[in-house]
Amino acid sequence: MAEFKKADSMLEWFDQRLGVVNFVKVMMTEYWIPKNINFLWAMGVLLTVLFTFLVVSGIFLLMYYKPDVNMAFDSVNYTIMQEVAYGWLFRHIHAVGASIVFLVIYIHMFTGIYYGSYKKGREMIWVSGMLLFVLFSAEGFSGYMLPWGQMSYWAAYVITEIFGGIPFIGDELVVWIRGNFYVSDSTLTRFFMLHVLLLPLAIIGAIVFHFYALRFPHVNNEEGEFFDFDEEAEKYLAGNKKGSKVVPFWPVFLSKDFFVLGFFMLFFFYLVFFHYNFAMDPVNFDKADGLKTPAHIYPEWYFLWSYEVLRGFFFEIAGISGKSLGLIAFAIANAIFFVLPWLDRSPMVKPANQRPYFKYWFWFLMVDLIVLTVYGKLPPTGANAWVGFASSMTFLVLFAALPFITKAEAKKVGGK
Amino acid sequence: MMDESRRGFIGKAFGAVAAVGGIASLIAMKKTWDPLPSVMSAGFTTVDVSGLEANKLEIAVWRGKPVFILKYTEDMKPTDGRNVKIGDHYFSVMIGLCTHLGCIPAYRADQHDFKCACHGGEFTDAGVHKFGPPPRPLDIPPFKLDGVTLVLGEEGPEYKAMMAKAGGA
Repeated sequence: MAEFKKADSMLEWFDQRLGVVNFVKVMMTEYWIPKNINFLWAMGVLLTVLFTFLVVSGIFLLMYYKPDVNMAFDSVNYTIMQEVAYGWLFRHIHAVGASIVFLVIYIHMFTGIYYGSYKKGREMIWVSGMLLFVLFSAEGFSGYMLPWGQMSYWAAYVITEIFGGIPFIGDELVVWIRGNFYVSDSTLTRFFMLHVLLLPLAIIGAIVFHFYALRFPHVNNEEGEFFDFDEEAEKYLAGNKKGSKVVPFWPVFLSKDFFVLGFFMLFFFYLVFFHYNFAMDPVNFDKADGLKTPAHIYPEWYFLWSYEVLRGFFFEIAGISGKSLGLIAFAIANAIFFVLPWLDRSPMVKPANQRPYFKYWFWFLMVDLIVLTVYGKLPPTGANAWVGFASSMTFLVLFAALPFITKAEAKKVGGK
Repeated sequence: MMDESRRGFIGKAFGAVAAVGGIASLIAMKKTWDPLPSVMSAGFTTVDVSGLEANKLEIAVWRGKPVFILKYTEDMKPTDGRNVKIGDHYFSVMIGLCTHLGCIPAYRADQHDFKCACHGGEFTDAGVHKFGPPPRPLDIPPFKLDGVTLVLGEEGPEYKAMMAKAGGA
């Protein structure tokens, strides 16, 4: 056995056994973050906090929720909302939190795209982040089913039906996923399991991996400047805090983050207490009915853009049905962001406004995503269907054109 | 050449046993998610069509899915391979789920057609898609005629004849 001296303090006692002093150094006080950043760099901490809120409110909801088609609706809308003390608060935190987590994820993603934080050594940060986006999407979808209202049911129906488009095994796959020929009790219970256990576990694992992926390439900065972190850290530790380009994660960076977090929490709880309705669709306060489709089905706002890509192709092109084209486009839309680091052929790591061609691409993409989101909510009739088609095509064309645009940019700036 | 030592052999033996166990557990996990026997066997619905009114949609439920039963009026023309004659009348019998993404289309009696509110698909009175994203006509459920009674879930000669005409689908 290793030899232990008698400890003089509690800290020393723990340090002998767990190496806490070194651990805190590595994880906090000597984990270096660039100085040249702005409030958009606080989104990661915001997301961590929001995820914690979702877990805690979810634990409280879990104590009264019943994953059974005969009991689910009342356990949410009667027991939790009316009987349980502060049950409404936990439901509103959970519903608003789920919506706002996607808002912050999108800000986080587009900050990364704008500042070029996905390339030149930062590919794994980007890929693990996209993996988190997919896991959060699955988490959002599975959770949306649980209140067992009309929107829950039909969203579940339509989204599971999508798998029927996969060649050869499609029809059997849909029955397998649902555990029945239609969305039923077995479907609800297995999605409940996914929502409260398997997906949260996967998300926690992916978050740890995402943080780990940041360690070697380090956090990007506002100018995309490359510098030697060890050298800058030495300057900081030697007392030249002003001359150094970095600050420690704790206490300097986090104290700034907490400032942003303070404002964000005011906004978040304003929504939770006074403006929660946007996250609670009125149609979902009717109990699920498998024999009555609501007049108009739409997903929550954060899925509208990809939903619009799915239904943008409503007619046959070259003998391929509109349904298959929509499915292919939908699959591409959800996967294409993963390979962004390799579609961008320009070596420039700069904010988009300093990149001669990329800036146009970036803002075109923003506008197109907004158009897709707006039209995703509208009924797909008449001119709306054509706007949907045009904006879906634009989305695909933008990504197909990105390698050429960035290649031309690389040529123009001469490998800078 | 592979590692021939005792440790190498034990490693390979362990790997082989673990692989068999792993595959076996994957099969078990897959089957756990299959529909239960009670779900598979609850598969038959009978409908008496003698009392139905012409041009008024009757919706039966079979395996949790709505089944459209539409009795034709004298002036509605049957579509080859899509309608079944029961007594003196033609009928449409089809699963009432849009073949796009599974919403339930509504019947418009004055226009003798179906309209899906979700993504705007339209079908004729025989369930043939005529507008919008649906890729194929409404599916026809397996049925059997027993006089004026329709048994959903069993394949009768009329159903088999219709399927043969539709190209064995």
